[in-house]
Amino acid sequence: MFELFAQLLVTGIVVGGSYALLAVGYTLVYGVLGFINFAHGDVAMIGAYATLLLTTGAGLPLPAATLGAMAAAAVLGVGIERVAYRPLRRAHRLAPLISAIAVSLALESAALLLWGADIRTFRLPVTAGWQLGPFFVTRVQLVVLATALAAMVGLQLLLTRTALGKAIRATADNLPVAAVVGVDVNRVIAAVFALGSALAALAATLLALEANLHPTVGILMGLKAFAAVVLGGIGSVPGALVGGFAIGIAENLGVWYLPTVWKDAIAYAILVVVLLFRPHGLFGTREAAEPKL
Amino acid sequence: MIPHLLTVMAIYAILAVSLNLVVGLTGLFNLGHAAFFGIGAYTSALLAFAGVPYPLCLLAAVLLPALAGILVGLPTLRLRGDYLAMATLGFGEITRAVFRNWVGLTRGPMGLPGVPHPALLGLTIDTPGEWVATAFAGLALAWLVAELVGRAPLGRVLRAIREDELAVQALGKNPEPYKLRALALGAGLAGLGGSLYAHYVAFVDPTPFTLPTTIFLFLLIVLGGLGNHAGSVAAAFVLLAARESLRFAGLPPSISAPLQQLVFSLLLVVLVIYRPWGLLPEPHLRSGSRRAAG
Repeated sequence: MFELFAQLLVTGIVVGGSYALLAVGYTLVYGVLGFINFAHGDVAMIGAYATLLLTTGAGLPLPAATLGAMAAAAVLGVGIERVAYRPLRRAHRLAPLISAIAVSLALESAALLLWGADIRTFRLPVTAGWQLGPFFVTRVQLVVLATALAAMVGLQLLLTRTALGKAIRATADNLPVAAVVGVDVNRVIAAVFALGSALAALAATLLALEANLHPTVGILMGLKAFAAVVLGGIGSVPGALVGGFAIGIAENLGVWYLPTVWKDAIAYAILVVVLLFRPHGLFGTREAAEPKL
Repeated sequence: MIPHLLTVMAIYAILAVSLNLVVGLTGLFNLGHAAFFGIGAYTSALLAFAGVPYPLCLLAAVLLPALAGILVGLPTLRLRGDYLAMATLGFGEITRAVFRNWVGLTRGPMGLPGVPHPALLGLTIDTPGEWVATAFAGLALAWLVAELVGRAPLGRVLRAIREDELAVQALGKNPEPYKLRALALGAGLAGLGGSLYAHYVAFVDPTPFTLPTTIFLFLLIVLGGLGNHAGSVAAAFVLLAARESLRFAGLPPSISAPLQQLVFSLLLVVLVIYRPWGLLPEPHLRSGSRRAAG
């Protein structure tokens, strides 16, 4: 009995690492532009398909294919910002949200047209794993978790130790002031979209290694990462990371009590509960949740 | 063919008008509209199967989504607008999960076939002509509600909330109950559309009540002009006629369905960038003030 619990916990942590990477993209964009990029999950989905095509189609090894897909997703993310969001930066606040949700559906439809509605998998060879006390970890799971953790450390270093990271933080703190003191705000926004989209492609690839790939997973992953962002506090990078792990663990442990068909609904239930009792999340500020005055 | 098209047009026009009340008039970003539509459809169908007379099915199909709208709105409407977007999106996904997975009630993906024809005042509505009349009567009702709300003092407050919530507060009005009313009204009218849909198509399954439907409705209201009910109705008629004629292009459904979604969503992006208030915006927005809201 306890072994099953331990196994669900391991799966939850592994999946949660990927949700966390995906959540970072939402929170960074929200930080600098103050709007929710609904297309983020679909960019991630496209990234996972790109990895799949580069491995099975072009025959690249998985790490190289993943890097290629991350680059492609970064270009896609920057392109979406340039075409569909930037012209609306001064428009009514509803306009970029409508644009984002429409881009999300456009990406999903494009994926359905390009790659069909069949479920794809990476068909990785089944490998041995290790028994660590009560926990059994497969090689794939270990690689997934290690990659996610490495990406988080890299992100943290980028945000705290580089000039670009400083510019991102300044823009998130106060965009007009950052512009006044000479930060190239458009460059920072493009960098945020590139960074978030690349991490999203990585996250979706890591998720797809263990699960099925289908054009509709974009919105599903996106919503879960979203729940992670709200749980952690919108706009907060550490919050997004903690929230991602929490959602991953919660939905896998939830299977302990609930039939598996409800697994996907757990993240939304958490979202609703957080909105009810602590709308600014664990690490967010109360002001971020209240109407902007 | 023509009566079928007219009936479907009227039902979509009801849905567009109901979403326009929430998004266009009040400025609330509601991404769960298809879920309210679905709750109305399932409520009406399930009650009809239980032998409840149609007027009561219809009443429940309006009241239950309105109640759901209040439940979603209560915790989120006092927060920034983005939170409502997230809550309604999550609500839409939970609703879909319930429709799909509560097999004992909804039969899940198999759906509920054979929803009985409604009987109103001793008359069973089952010929195409009667259906056109019924659907247009529903549209007239939705239209009337939307127009009355738009002209009443309530409508002025809702527009003011859309334009500048802080100013509304400064004038001593608490925006929250007003936003809640708009959300509940929109959800209730969507439920009306849902009931007509369920009994007309005579089959309810989870697929129409998902995000693509909501986004299609967004396209309708942006195309028709945010806040302009006549525009929403006109857009529903034009776009559904276009959609039906595309159906004869001879493509297999596995291509034509996503192609349609792709065309419609790209159209929405282009429209929002170049005509953010739509082709036929509310009259007072045509002059100067369209950039006024922040």
